[in-house]
Parts: sequence; structure tokens; C-alpha cells
Amino acid sequence: MVSGPNLDETAYVRDGANQTPVKILVVGHFAVGKTTFIGAISEIPPLSTEETMTRAGESVDDLKGVNGKTTTTVAMDFGRLTISERVVLYLFGTPGQQRFVQMWEDMARGALGALVLVDPERLADSFAVIDLIEQYGLDYAIAVNRFDGSPVREEKALREALDLLDDTPIVACDARDEKSSAAALITLVRFLQDRALQEQI
Amino acid sequence: MTPMTDPDKPEPEAAELVRPYVITKGRSLPDDEQFSLITLVTATLDDRQRPNRLSPEEQNLLTMCTGGYLSVAEIAGHTRLPLGVVKILLASLVEGGYILTRPPVARAVLADREILQEVLDGLRAKFG
Repeated sequence: MVSGPNLDETAYVRDGANQTPVKILVVGHFAVGKTTFIGAISEIPPLSTEETMTRAGESVDDLKGVNGKTTTTVAMDFGRLTISERVVLYLFGTPGQQRFVQMWEDMARGALGALVLVDPERLADSFAVIDLIEQYGLDYAIAVNRFDGSPVREEKALREALDLLDDTPIVACDARDEKSSAAALITLVRFLQDRALQEQI
Repeated sequence: MTPMTDPDKPEPEAAELVRPYVITKGRSLPDDEQFSLITLVTATLDDRQRPNRLSPEEQNLLTMCTGGYLSVAEIAGHTRLPLGVVKILLASLVEGGYILTRPPVARAVLADREILQEVLDGLRAKFG
């Protein structure tokens, strides 16, 4: 059996028959504040999915033994926000783990864009996830999650350190604060609008 | 770490004790296009009209989908089944006519621009 098939009314998409689902990715390295960010914006308690890990070299026989238990790990967190009567927005958060190739393909396909959460004290940890976002061809903005007392670097230095294009937006945000998190998303969406205009021309 | 964990509830059995291929009866993943993470899903029938030859996992998924629309990702999150397993079960339920799906619209620049404007307006209205 699966747990809890009977959900509260609020768990369901409001007016789902008329909604167009869209998604934005919220990515960043481990413990950068993705789940906090998603929780600040989401109208439902953030959910997570687990992926089955298959270890290379695991023989069929091993699966029968005590060690044959399927190993699972949290692969992504996500939340939902009803934008209007026509659009429901999903936010998917995941760290830059390349081993979940199928999951990255699922997440990236059809995404409007991505917000990359960055910890200014651990810039190098963001390289892998930015690489993945670029690899999947997604437009993105950088949100610098400012933890208490952390120094704010100059934007120019950040841009150089992360090797960003000149027009990639950089915005500071406090993932715990819904207004601040929403402002970062708004920055991303405005950038995506600019990009959509450029594509059309 | 896992928001779904509730100490008062028994641990879900499916993910731990039953191997995924047993739940899916050996069926393989449906076409990528059929179920994206945000494809919205709902049941077509209410509880009483449901045939009982469905597996317990399929029954539970249907029960969950009876209350309204949920995305594929939300179904995986609530059931704590791996995404691939959820997709396979949903595909068989669609085949049987038990559920309806509402896939995201195909991407087009114009449609995107309209949607982006709507997302922007919505975010500003809610948090601005």
C-alpha cells in the first residue's frame, strides 16, 4: 500500500480542469536554501520525491538478500503556487547531482527557466549546477542567498567568479522571506520575458 | 529533511518492502511525452464505480486522484513511490480509462510570452 491516499481538499490544484501547469527550477548546491525558498513561496507544504539508486555492479542475486533493499534518496523538493485562474506554477528544487540524469531531463523539459541560489561563501559549489543548467539550455538568473552576517560581494566580482554573461541578472534574496524570494522570482521572470522577445526578433 | 514523514503514521510499505518492478508488474516506462512532472491528473469515476481488479497501488492512486487534480510529481510526493513507478501506474490507469490527464501546453514563443506575463502579474499581486 501507499501512504495517505485521502488528501485534504487544499492538496488539490484549484480549478485544475482549467489550469495550465508551468514550472520554474530552483537549483543550487546542497544546503544553499532551496527548500526554504520553495517553502516561502509554495501554497502547499513542500513535497519531495525519492529516486531509486542503482549501484553499478550490483548483481541480480544480491537483490534477494538483506542488502537487496532498494536504496532511495531525496532527489528533488517542490512546491506549488496558483498564479491565476489559468496558470499554476510549480517550483522544483534540486542539487546539482549529475547521477540523476533522467530526473534532470524530466525537470528541465518545458521549464520556463531556472533560479540559481548561490551562497556567496561557497561560490565554487555552484559551478556544477550552473553547468547543468547551461547544458540543458535553460535561461537563468542568480539569487544570492544572504545568510546572517555574510559579506555581500560586489556584483562585478560575483559575475567574474561565476563566469556569467553580462545580461544574467544577479539579485540578493533572503530565502526565508516570502517577499524577498518572490522578488527574486520576479527578476527571473522579467529576464525570461526579455529573452522571449529576443527570440522572436 | 523529508516533509512527508509523520511519526504517528506507519512507514509506507511500497517503497521499502515491495520492489518497484513488482508494483509495476514488469511494465516499462511510458513515453516521456505522456507524463511530465507537471502533467495534471484526475480520476474519471468516483469510488463506487471502480472495478476491483486493479492492484492495491492502482486503487490508492485512483483514490488520491478522485478529490481533484494533482500533478504527477505531487502524486509521487504524496505516495512516496519513485516517479518512474508512478508514471507506469498512471499510464495503465489512463489505458483503462480511469483517469484523465491535462498535459502542459507545447512550448511556443507567443504562448510563453503570455504565460510569463501572467506569472509576473500573479507574483506581483500575491507578494508585491
